[in-house]
Amino acid sequence: MLGERSAMAQAEEHAGIGVGRYLIIYLCILALAGVQFVIAYQNIDIWQKIGRMFFVALAEAGLAVMFFMHLWSERRGFLLTVAIIAIFVFLGLQYSWPDSFRMSFGVPGARIPQ
Amino acid sequence: MSQADLTMQGHAAAMTPPAFSVPAKKTAMWLFIIADSATFAGCLMAYGFLRNGTPDWPTPFKFSPSIINAMVMTFVLITSSLFMLLSVRAAKVGDRAAAFWWTILTACAGALFAILHIREWIGMVDEGATLFHNPWGTPLFGASFFSITGLHLLHVTGGVVALIAVGFKYKGGRYNADDLEITGLYWHFVDLVWMFVVPFIYLLNAAR
Repeated sequence: MLGERSAMAQAEEHAGIGVGRYLIIYLCILALAGVQFVIAYQNIDIWQKIGRMFFVALAEAGLAVMFFMHLWSERRGFLLTVAIIAIFVFLGLQYSWPDSFRMSFGVPGARIPQ
Repeated sequence: MSQADLTMQGHAAAMTPPAFSVPAKKTAMWLFIIADSATFAGCLMAYGFLRNGTPDWPTPFKFSPSIINAMVMTFVLITSSLFMLLSVRAAKVGDRAAAFWWTILTACAGALFAILHIREWIGMVDEGATLFHNPWGTPLFGASFFSITGLHLLHVTGGVVALIAVGFKYKGGRYNADDLEITGLYWHFVDLVWMFVVPFIYLLNAAR
């Protein structure tokens, strides 16, 4: 089971078979970064643009955390702990959005008129 | 063996086994990364709040030189992360010289990123944008732009200093591969933050 692999197995993974995979992940992240620059010049609604850029940034960050930072090869319990804490932190930071809409339109949660 | 390892062994009787069998130093770095990511996320949320609530938010970044500069900086930072991976890989197989030089190369890429960033700042200041002034509209733009990119630049600068220090101590035998890997975690985190700064600070404010 992946979660119970020994430290030696992890060291071997870092050392031996990683380079090809690292290069693939590196190229994927570069390609995703390129996609963000393309999205910036698309003629789409600002909210669609934000959504697409955020989705691509999350994909880049996910690849970096899982493979560059080796979270994927850590024990599953550790991976889940980091993921759950991070999700709660980011959800907690969302409380200010309704107030930013109130500042613009006087109504919490109001959308920008097209 | 590092000083930290010696200290830990000296207190071994009083220590409980590390959580998830992950070394305490690595767990500490992950906790720092989570806390620091909350700081950056808070800054980006505050920026989003200001941008959303400010009708005359400017879009001053022209394709050349600002967006092209951001592209080059992104390429340099992501490539530096690859160098860091190669450094850790070399350290894990015991190739101390290669690990040292990959670490120094990573630090050089970080320094190049910082130079490109400062050059861009100088260009913006020449156009009249400062922390409290913005020639294109609301001063909040200058405040949020320089605060967020400045905080990131501070992390990059700290990372470059840390990489050089850890690299030399690793070369001298005082630090081991784990220490290099933990420094690498921090460096990848700095790279990761940039992946969110670029779209939300630069690309959403690109001039059309």
